[in-house]
Amino acid sequence: MPSPMHELGIMESAINTVLEQASLRGAKKVIRIVLRIGSLAGVEPDSLRFAFDVVTRSTIAEGALLEICDVPARAYCRSCKEEFGVDSGFIFTCPTCGELSGQLHQGKELELKQIEMA
Amino acid sequence: MCKDNPHPHVHEEVEEDIEYAVHVMHGHDDAHSKGHGWHVHEDGTAHCHDDSHEEHHHDEIKTRTVDLAIPLLDKNDRIAERNRGFFRGKGILALNLVSSPGAGKTTLLEKTLDEFGKQVKTAVLVGDLETDNDGRRLQRPHVSVAQITTGSACHLEAEMVAKGLDAIDLNGVKVLFIENVGNLVCPASFDLGEKLRVVLLSCTEGEDKPLKYPPIFKSADIVLLTKVDVADVLGFSRKLAVENIKKIAPQAQLIEVSSRSGEGLKSWYDAINKHLEKL
Repeated sequence: MPSPMHELGIMESAINTVLEQASLRGAKKVIRIVLRIGSLAGVEPDSLRFAFDVVTRSTIAEGALLEICDVPARAYCRSCKEEFGVDSGFIFTCPTCGELSGQLHQGKELELKQIEMA
Repeated sequence: MCKDNPHPHVHEEVEEDIEYAVHVMHGHDDAHSKGHGWHVHEDGTAHCHDDSHEEHHHDEIKTRTVDLAIPLLDKNDRIAERNRGFFRGKGILALNLVSSPGAGKTTLLEKTLDEFGKQVKTAVLVGDLETDNDGRRLQRPHVSVAQITTGSACHLEAEMVAKGLDAIDLNGVKVLFIENVGNLVCPASFDLGEKLRVVLLSCTEGEDKPLKYPPIFKSADIVLLTKVDVADVLGFSRKLAVENIKKIAPQAQLIEVSSRSGEGLKSWYDAINKHLEKL
């Protein structure tokens, strides 16, 4: 299993925010947490799942559902003025004209999107 | 509880203009595959049922769903933001100098502290795995310098910088130079809280370095092409290097310099001053 160190730090941050939001609203239990993770955010979903279990233990979010919305990476070609999908890396080749692009329009998201609580 | 053997479901959904797949990670046995709901009791405990438990009556609490878009930061990012806030509050322009080992960071800083540092009050944090050689080279009566030895870490992290700040005298300091560990890879992923990231590429390296190390170049605010005084002797093509830098780092200000001959140093100092004014 890949090292979850990076993901543990991110989940800690997520849980702190979740518990803060829950407390602000007087919620007693967190039912579901939705994260938005870009495919190029550098985060392993397996490690995230593991980290989630670890950091929610003994909190009101223990046992909550973790939903992950994958955001596919899309780069932008300045010549074609069009977006195209990409899998990895930092330099992307436009499939239409072959020009190199470094402009990523989406794919690096790492955010807390939604919390369901009671 | 419902947490063993998690397996993903994939649903295609379209929200706004972005297509994404939703993986629902939760565990339940196949017998419950028809669906399930969470029931929450007044005392805050909750458990889940499947649809076949209709006759199980008890008070249900309505759940609330809150939509957010809060970015998740890991520990380094949080401390980096704290550093950033500190610099902003004190009116200090912080620069993070990164490069391959031997590209000329320390030599450039020596020159910078002697010339620019005489007009503007500066301080330095320098990172290396071992020795305080660089720290000692940079020591000057008018500049507060602290050496960070990481031991084995190949890059500086925000927490090290935060600790390093305790070791220097920041009174009246306008510019803080942070000399990172020589490394073109890892520093790219570690925000130190700096205002400007300065990447050095020397004429003793290959012209295609930017193509081989995109992350660090893409994160640069300023790229310095150093040791231009020896480029000709080495058959190094400044033109090609500049092309590659502009290809990978079009967002960065590019300045060609030589610490030994002095070429371009005025432009480097002017750039720092311009950013200082904008603070």
